[in-house]
Amino acid sequence: MDFNSYALHGGSTLEIESLIEDVGFNLLRLAVIRLPSDVKEALQKAYEAETSEAGRVNLKAILTNIEFAEKLNTPICQDTGTIIFYVKAGGKAQGLDKVEAALREATKRATTEVPLRPNAVDPFTRKNSGDNTGRFIPYINWDITDGDSVEITALPKGGGSENVCALGMITPGEGVKGLKKFVLDAVIRAGAKPCPPNILGVAVGGGADIAMKTAKKALLRPLNQSNPNPELARLEKELYEAANSTGIGPMGLGGKFTVLGVNVEYAHRHPASYPVAVAFQCWAARRATAWINADRTVEYLTHEVR
Amino acid sequence: MAVFKLQTPISDEEIRKLKVNDVLYVTGVMVTARDAAHKRALEYFKQGKALPISLEGLAVFHCGPIVRKEDDTWTVVAAGPTTSTRMDQFEDEFIRDFKVRVVIGKGGMGKRTTDAMKKYGAVYGAFTGGAAVLAAKAVKRVKALEWSDLGMPEALWIFEVEEFGPLTVAIDSHGNNLFEDVKKKVEKNTAKIYEKLGLTG
Repeated sequence: MDFNSYALHGGSTLEIESLIEDVGFNLLRLAVIRLPSDVKEALQKAYEAETSEAGRVNLKAILTNIEFAEKLNTPICQDTGTIIFYVKAGGKAQGLDKVEAALREATKRATTEVPLRPNAVDPFTRKNSGDNTGRFIPYINWDITDGDSVEITALPKGGGSENVCALGMITPGEGVKGLKKFVLDAVIRAGAKPCPPNILGVAVGGGADIAMKTAKKALLRPLNQSNPNPELARLEKELYEAANSTGIGPMGLGGKFTVLGVNVEYAHRHPASYPVAVAFQCWAARRATAWINADRTVEYLTHEVR
Repeated sequence: MAVFKLQTPISDEEIRKLKVNDVLYVTGVMVTARDAAHKRALEYFKQGKALPISLEGLAVFHCGPIVRKEDDTWTVVAAGPTTSTRMDQFEDEFIRDFKVRVVIGKGGMGKRTTDAMKKYGAVYGAFTGGAAVLAAKAVKRVKALEWSDLGMPEALWIFEVEEFGPLTVAIDSHGNNLFEDVKKKVEKNTAKIYEKLGLTG
């Protein structure tokens, strides 16, 4: 089944649970096969501006790979990640009690039909569930908002970049300087491991869990959007330039492009704490978002679905 | 930077022409092997048992592919490289015992492997992490599946490949290691970046 012919723009007559399942399935399929346009553009620009030979060879291979994946309708990378969803639910939306079950079903279906690599392993028995579901997985992040529509984002998150995510409980005295050092050191320590060029989600404040969650959520912001707060936008630019001055380069083989972008977010902090979190995203920055409106029309925001 | 297209089995003489930063495409036979397969292969060698295939002059690929089986035929859907550092503890003996000429993966390998490559004549070819479709397209045929009891990702997949690449020669058989060179440059750059960010003094 080609997802292009699988448009759900018209008001669906499906039961809400089936509709959510279909949307979840489509989002996973779209995400692992086609990168959002902001990521593709950033990779193309990086290729044009890269000066290191090895860097150019690798960026070219990345661009060719993206093209082949779209043409052949197959996942960009064999690591189709841990399945994470972000759900922004209007308080008045229908069927919210069905969302979790529907997204679990969507994940199982995508695992066999796309296919996705089964990536959900019991940490104690080492048993792979085989269908990408398990305890807390797929993980759903919930936000309750106004209105009656539901926004669902799928973020299949690769393991290589996840393994170098970093959390630092630095002292308030170190402040922003400490934050900059922590981020830069995390990039240097990560080196070639997270499949650079990366996208960095950086968050400061809250507490350990809040910082990390906020950092990961920052990865959802498109690369062509800076933080609306000019000071934070400046910090993003400064961290971007710092990371790209390291020389790590594409795939750690040397070059100008170690990161494609840095997205900074924050929460207010405890007077005694200064949590800093860095979420790494590999170049295959796979994400897809859709809205399900109250009239059951569906709009895909990150991908063109004809 | 030179571009090389080599056909397996590759000789010692051929492989020694390659230098770091060169680009390599491999045609011929390639075998996937991750941690478990490396471990078992070395055990077999110690016990004097033959491997399912002689690896002499071939390429070994650190990869756990996504494969599909249709009517008894395997098709490779996605076959990107996995992180090579996990195989560092086996690779020097692996190169010595089986005379593989090309080791393919991502992220680079350490000194022991670099030394073995110099001594026995082999290179490390870095394949772009995540470029799984590009890799799969170069696999023309799955010749055999061996050691399937290790599980699909860990098994030995024997591929017939055509112009598999581009591989960046990141460790050559002259003791050069591109990843180590980059690390040294990064160390040098760090002080300057600290200064620019106002972190010094």
